[in-house]
Amino acid sequence: MKNDEALLSAVMKRQVTLSLRVAAIFIAVLLGLPLLNAYAPQLAQKNIGGFSLTWLVLGVLFYPLTWILSRWFITSSNKIEEDLAREHGEKTK
Amino acid sequence: MSLIPLFFVIAVTLATFFLGLWATKRAQSASDFFVAGRQVSVGMNAAAISGEYLSAASFMGVAGLVMKNGYDALWYPVGYAAGYLFLLLFIAGPLRRFGAYTIPDFAEGRFDSPLFRKIAVTFVLFIGLFYTMPQMKGAGVTMNSIMGWPYFVGILVVGTVISANVALGGMKGITFVQAFQYWAKLFAISVPVFVLMAILGPYHKKLENFTQKPGGAPTAPKDVTLKFAGKDKAPANTVGFSSLGEATLIFSKDAKIEKVSTVRKSEPGEDALRPEMSLTTQLSQGITPGDSLTAGTQLTAFPIVVTKEQKPVEKNGKSVMTAPKIEFSEPTEAVLKAGSFVPNAPGNKKWSEPYGPLTSASGYPLLYTYSLIIALVCGTAGLPHILVRFYTNPDGRSAKRTTFWVMVLIGVFYFFTPIWGTLGRADIPWLYGNNKTDAVVIQLPRILENKLLGEILAGITSAGAFAAFMSTFSGLLVSMSGAAAHDVYGKIIKPTATPEERVKVFKLAAVGIGIISMGLGLLVETFDIAKLVGWAFAIAAASYFPLLLLGAWWKKLTMPGAATGMLVGGTLSLLAVFAFMLDSFKIITIENPLVKTLCDQPAIWGVPLSIGLMVIVSKLTAKTIPADANLKMLRLHAPEELGLSKNYIDETPGAAH
Repeated sequence: MKNDEALLSAVMKRQVTLSLRVAAIFIAVLLGLPLLNAYAPQLAQKNIGGFSLTWLVLGVLFYPLTWILSRWFITSSNKIEEDLAREHGEKTK
Repeated sequence: MSLIPLFFVIAVTLATFFLGLWATKRAQSASDFFVAGRQVSVGMNAAAISGEYLSAASFMGVAGLVMKNGYDALWYPVGYAAGYLFLLLFIAGPLRRFGAYTIPDFAEGRFDSPLFRKIAVTFVLFIGLFYTMPQMKGAGVTMNSIMGWPYFVGILVVGTVISANVALGGMKGITFVQAFQYWAKLFAISVPVFVLMAILGPYHKKLENFTQKPGGAPTAPKDVTLKFAGKDKAPANTVGFSSLGEATLIFSKDAKIEKVSTVRKSEPGEDALRPEMSLTTQLSQGITPGDSLTAGTQLTAFPIVVTKEQKPVEKNGKSVMTAPKIEFSEPTEAVLKAGSFVPNAPGNKKWSEPYGPLTSASGYPLLYTYSLIIALVCGTAGLPHILVRFYTNPDGRSAKRTTFWVMVLIGVFYFFTPIWGTLGRADIPWLYGNNKTDAVVIQLPRILENKLLGEILAGITSAGAFAAFMSTFSGLLVSMSGAAAHDVYGKIIKPTATPEERVKVFKLAAVGIGIISMGLGLLVETFDIAKLVGWAFAIAAASYFPLLLLGAWWKKLTMPGAATGMLVGGTLSLLAVFAFMLDSFKIITIENPLVKTLCDQPAIWGVPLSIGLMVIVSKLTAKTIPADANLKMLRLHAPEELGLSKNYIDETPGAAH
């Protein structure tokens, strides 16, 4: 049981660090774009092949960004679990 | 009116019914009914979740919102997609590892508190019913606009077919159908838009016309007949003329004017305006409220110069303009003359740039934008009917992979919705005139020269819209019936009930709640679809999202803490939206623009309030932390290989008996 508790805190700590790191990048984009729109309207309205920069980001590029971030999260999260499972297995042997 | 769209709608409805019937044969055990036997593959579950999530609001509403409000409305689909990322980062894996049947199971099991189950189940039913009403309304309105049938017909069709499907097959029965409906919706939103772009011109060219000509506004390309609503459908009876140029309406039916005002609210110190005098007919200069215009009257509206002490007010070197706004008392009909500036259409600058009409109406555009983002993100991650689907995955790891694929599937879908809005503004701008932008996906194909092609494409989008009402309603019905049969009956009323008895109650509940939903759908004909969905999101964001977030990650969360946060946060958010609703019906008046913004978009204070209360009350009641909190957390987070995870409810046939 002691071993389990050590495992628990290890799992949660590593997972939550990972989750918060991915969330931080995402929140920076999500909350940063309204600021860009408000304080750098010229840059936000820059014409890129018919789209304004801000429309291109919000209407098109945003979705692939969520895919990249979630792919990264899942790969890292599974790796954490595998590592822990291996460590735990060695300890209980 | 052509019968082609009807044919497509009937086809998708029959496909739904028979696919459901076919899948039903394999649904027998209680576990099949509540969580599809926990055997749904990643691809199937991702398509089913996406199918369930892309509701009437997503299919018709987002395209319409982009047409109406431009850039600002792009936040809606982005917020929805972002919600799934948060779901993935913080909730999906632990929630699945808990292994229950319903979300109230999590509430009870995490704290060993039957009382908390009661609170949680109330929220499931509340959120579910709020979310159901707009689906029903969408069905009624669509059937009305494509076939001219009465409002109740669409509701009856969707309600009956789906209640039958759910009662017969439960979660297992609808999973396959919802997956099919996702692909039907993706086809319906994407294929017609490619055809339309090939004929009418590409997305980026249309958009460039608006971004590069900020001073312009849509004008009617030809004479078009518009049907206007009466005051019983307010605010849809409003015609706000353009401040950029004149517009002419020739009434083909008698019309009665309820109210005349200006589009822009006067600021303190400005001279009083006389909008009546900027409306002329061939008979008189100026019209006043109460006037009746007979059929044949030609009404022209002119922009008005805003003045202060008799001098034009200037802003950025240009004089500030407004225009008259009229409201009709009774439904009427008029021809908008070619070349008229289309009423109710925002100018190109306001439409294509951030902080347009949607977010700045209140005066606090940045605050409004942030609050909207928080509501959509936290609301999506807290919708019980979506969350319950994660229990249908075999394990925590597949729950995470499912979330990834959901993001891909809904992202691809949402990429297409702004294209509809943009093309709609460019090619059928007259939809603004009588506030029908919601119908853009159905009406746009009909302007094609080739009528047959137009009707076929309109048929495809109508069928897509129907697939949207049906799949979302079926998900809601499963989640509400599950709550009624499993939580209310199986855990509260008769804890000794056998799985077979609970399946029976599930079927009865599906029929009963189906009938209630149809009844509620009939009541909300005049409500705004987006607002109704907003209510559901506001409650979910301030109740379930904080519960799941803290419940999965904070060991010291106690039942009193979680319950206080959920009840106070959820209830206050609901009251705030309700107050805003009363204000928009002019029953009460909220003077302060800041208070009004915070009532319209309560998430920015509701979510932190709920989380804050959970933390504070948990600290005060630290004695009540469940004794086995550690073991519970271990189950939520330990990788499956360790053999520590155990489904909270395990009734797979053969395992329990």
